[in-house]
Amino acid sequence: MITPFQVAAKNLLRKKARTALTLVGITLSAWVLVSLLGFNRGYETALNRNIEGMGFQIMVMAKGCPYEAATMMLQGGTGFRYMEESVVEQIRQDPDVDKITPILMQAFFDPNKGQSGGIAGYFGVDPASFPELRPFFRFRQGGWFKEPAALEAVMGYEVAELEQREVGDRILVPEKDVELKVVGVMERTGTQDDGIIFVPLRALQQIAGIDRITTVGVRTREGADLGALEGRLYKLPDVQVVSFSQVKDTIMKLIGTARVMVLSIAVIAIVIAMVGVVNTVLMSVLERLQEIGIIKTVGAMPGDVFRLVWTETVILCGVGGAAGIVLALAMARGTDVLVRLALPYAPTGSLVAIDLKLAAATFGVIVGVGLLSGLYPAWRAGRIRPLDSIRGEGR
Amino acid sequence: MSGEACLVARELVRTYRRGSEEIRAVDGVSLAIRRGEFVAVTGPSGSGKTTLVNLLGCLENPSGGELELVGRPIFGGGRTLTERELTRIRRQLFGYIFQSFYLIPSLTVRENVQLPLVFYRKTGVADETEKLLALVGLEKRAEHLPGQISGGEMQRVAIARALVNAPEILLADEPTGNLDTRRAREIGAILQELNEARGLTILLVTHNPGMAALAHRVVEMRDGRIVP
Repeated sequence: MITPFQVAAKNLLRKKARTALTLVGITLSAWVLVSLLGFNRGYETALNRNIEGMGFQIMVMAKGCPYEAATMMLQGGTGFRYMEESVVEQIRQDPDVDKITPILMQAFFDPNKGQSGGIAGYFGVDPASFPELRPFFRFRQGGWFKEPAALEAVMGYEVAELEQREVGDRILVPEKDVELKVVGVMERTGTQDDGIIFVPLRALQQIAGIDRITTVGVRTREGADLGALEGRLYKLPDVQVVSFSQVKDTIMKLIGTARVMVLSIAVIAIVIAMVGVVNTVLMSVLERLQEIGIIKTVGAMPGDVFRLVWTETVILCGVGGAAGIVLALAMARGTDVLVRLALPYAPTGSLVAIDLKLAAATFGVIVGVGLLSGLYPAWRAGRIRPLDSIRGEGR
Repeated sequence: MSGEACLVARELVRTYRRGSEEIRAVDGVSLAIRRGEFVAVTGPSGSGKTTLVNLLGCLENPSGGELELVGRPIFGGGRTLTERELTRIRRQLFGYIFQSFYLIPSLTVRENVQLPLVFYRKTGVADETEKLLALVGLEKRAEHLPGQISGGEMQRVAIARALVNAPEILLADEPTGNLDTRRAREIGAILQELNEARGLTILLVTHNPGMAALAHRVVEMRDGRIVP
């Protein structure tokens, strides 16, 4: 026995080209929507992962532009500002500070990097305190250096891969012509650390000819009042305090503008797709006035006809929405690449995170909006009087 | 044929307005049809026979007069029935066949026959699609689409569809108007069999004297009235 669903589905198949075009519209809008929502979630997750990967919640740096400081932290950079090492001891006195580590960031121009040379990032870290703040670091080979002034290096995963280095190899610090012995190569972390070469703090200070530091990483005690701690740290002379929650907020605000624009495009895409749905279903109703008339003559109530036409909308939006979500899942990697090209800063890791819950929510939105779009054509169909339509007067 | 009247119309009137002119398409028609009777309505074009059948078949409200179906008053006292009320009466009592078949092109012959059951099944009525397909000689065409069968076969599908909910009265408005003589005779034979073997009450509108000759009684209309 045929069901109302089959009647609706078979009707859609009558005009294959029109149905296909409408489906393409819905599919594309579902793809845009789910990708955008996936990006919203994925970007924040990736950013959080990057920030958590730092191992500390607060960084104290020499006074300067906080945005520049944030960029430096997350991407590495040049033009560093320096502060005295004595600040480390001052910060350590604060009761809310759990662990602390001094860092010297340096960037040297390596003419052999890439086709036209590039910047090689070096972090001078304290072998006693830095590893404690990054206990999740895993080594592919070797381990941390032990001596504070040893001419040794631990290489991030990507930089080691790029330069084809292993433990025991010797690398030359560009511009300085100092040789370092590789004592460790890390596993991939998916963060900016993959591109860094870590050197003992004292050794890097000697190599760079600098007796100061650029950064102090601070891990707070559990339950510490971050705001109050920041306030106390700001009282130290010539330093600025950057908390990662601030950094995250700043970046998310910058990204927010782009998100609003893309969201607007997604909304427009949905509106266009839904106008297509209204057009397709309404055309289909107007072309079938006599059929709808006969359906009512043989016993269908206005509500039956309404549901029949509405079912067509649900089928269109259901199939189109599902296809869009599958497309978004299949193209997530490509979308990731496109988004990275468009954004000024993108954290490492996947930027587009689509899971079952998000897919189901998007599917619900598409079908929900589709149901709204189907209201008018279904209402029109339900109001058709059988005799008028059989006489051809229903228009 | 029993003596019990299953359809009684008294002074039925249907007027239309065209500009300032009032047209009385049906002008005071009184008619009684007994259960199991086969009645043909004939008359020239514009005589009001289709309008009369539409009123008797509850496809529209009359402008005046009364109608009683299987002992129940339907129209009368100036009350206008809503589309829902008309649909309830239609699906309980009537099966319809029209000149233009009105099959759903995307559904197979079997599905077209079953279509009324998708929306409503009368209490106690079993799905007799296969029997009806055999009755109209289309059991081997059940999976064909309307576009793959002839006009005569399409009208036979429409007959089976009209019968699937076991109607009290079959209304046939020019069912052979689009068919050649041979196909028209086939349809006539099926209607006659339905009347004689099943005792189905049939009201047939036709221009075809051969079809009208199959009926127990012929009612002729002219200018909206029954010719005495």
